[in-house]
Amino acid sequence: MNDVAGGPVWPVAGGKHPRDNGLAVRIEGARLAYGPLQLFDSLSLALEPGRITCLLGPSGVGKSSLLRLIAGLAPQGADGRVLASDNRPLAGRLAWMDQRDLLLPWASALENVLLGARLRGETPDRERACALLDAVGLGDVIGARPDTLSGGMRSRVALARTLFEDRPVVLMDEPFAGLDAIVRHRLQELAARLLAGRTVLLVTHDPLEALRLGDRILVMSGRPVTIQEIQPPLGGVPRPVDAPDLAEAHARLLAALSLAAGEI
Amino acid sequence: MGAAVRVLVILGGLIAAWSMLVSLTGVPPYILPGPYAVLLAWQAHAGTLIANTAVTLGEVCLGLIAGVVGGALAAMLVTASAVARRWLLPLLVASQAIPVFALAPLLVLWLGYGMASKIAMAALIIFFPVTASFHDGLRQVEPGWLDLVRVMQGQKLTMASRLRGFLLVRVPAALPSLASGIRVGVAIAPIGAVIGEWVGAGAGLGHLMLHANGRLQIDLMFAALLTLAAMAVALYLGVDWLLARAMPWRPQAAANA
Repeated sequence: MNDVAGGPVWPVAGGKHPRDNGLAVRIEGARLAYGPLQLFDSLSLALEPGRITCLLGPSGVGKSSLLRLIAGLAPQGADGRVLASDNRPLAGRLAWMDQRDLLLPWASALENVLLGARLRGETPDRERACALLDAVGLGDVIGARPDTLSGGMRSRVALARTLFEDRPVVLMDEPFAGLDAIVRHRLQELAARLLAGRTVLLVTHDPLEALRLGDRILVMSGRPVTIQEIQPPLGGVPRPVDAPDLAEAHARLLAALSLAAGEI
Repeated sequence: MGAAVRVLVILGGLIAAWSMLVSLTGVPPYILPGPYAVLLAWQAHAGTLIANTAVTLGEVCLGLIAGVVGGALAAMLVTASAVARRWLLPLLVASQAIPVFALAPLLVLWLGYGMASKIAMAALIIFFPVTASFHDGLRQVEPGWLDLVRVMQGQKLTMASRLRGFLLVRVPAALPSLASGIRVGVAIAPIGAVIGEWVGAGAGLGHLMLHANGRLQIDLMFAALLTLAAMAVALYLGVDWLLARAMPWRPQAAANA
């Protein structure tokens, strides 16, 4: 996949680079309770435009719930305002990538990438979909059904589908969690490059993933949830694993995470 | 050992047991004819048997098509529309309290002695299993796919975009459930057609069986019965094969290939 990492800049609809329309997102007064369990109580979070924000925290703390709340997929009884910096609704301007690839098993890789366009009744831009599949290194298998693809390839189809949506805001819920270390490493590289300029919220369990990809690193802990910001290593993303201050940041992050785990 | 060999061994064993039962007990042929006598009867009446098989097969196939189309439409309607669900679903469930067999004389009265009453009978008997299993499948679509549809479509949901989500994700996701319903339907549709023929018909294997029975041609009755069984099994296997081919993403389809 090294050839992919050095490949051409990926195609954008309308020829406009997404960096031009970076959109800040703010969540205010988020509230969520499961029975007597108060997960969020007037929780606030701001996503900086065109940056990758990584969200970590112990299992069950509410990372996915917060992401789903932003995506408009909140469960009954959840509450909170999601504001975009241009004061227009966020719905229809975000893309969502789940931990499960959620590929439609009856459709080819290409048809899976085109799903959003078909659902909106647009004329599907096959050329751009093929170019995106090519950019994630799947140019040879655009006609393959998901059950014939490996886990890493399926994740790449899901990534291409997310990018095809061409939305300024991208929400990713542990997108590479089920993959082995090498495949995950390559996909992080690829995702960071292809997501450049978009406002990204990335939920992850993997501290190293956050340190490589996060422009900002946030740790959620406690009930109700509080959010703590961890100083990321220097330099732009994706950072190399041997970045000079990565080990130091890793130690800081692990300390914060084990503290957070103790509070649950 | 291959599947074909297994089937041949089972069939051979059954025929041998049948033959032994007849020769050991000495039952008269007008109670239980031996396999050879039935084979001779089949040869003697081959033309009649084939003509009547064609009639019954036609009734079953047309009934299947009508029942599957009707059942699938009903399931989609009940899933897509809350109003239809509230009014139609109780009616559908309540209708199952009436034994379909009890309707056979009525259907013959209304639709006559021809094929129509048997087609209606077969369609009615498979309508509910098809509706129930497709409806189940339509309701139990992977919630993650529906979330994906919601995020991709944004908030401005029109009738057209709802319909697109339904046809592009929900219906294909439920097709394997529809296939299960069709498999059940194929297995029971011949029952409907034969019951219809017993009540009143001019042709068909069910009619032939009654006719042969009345004239004490027990060997011909057995020949018709075995032909009916062979037809039903062949129809089931054919439809099963077609369904597996049509849905290659199903794990069991891959296992059968």
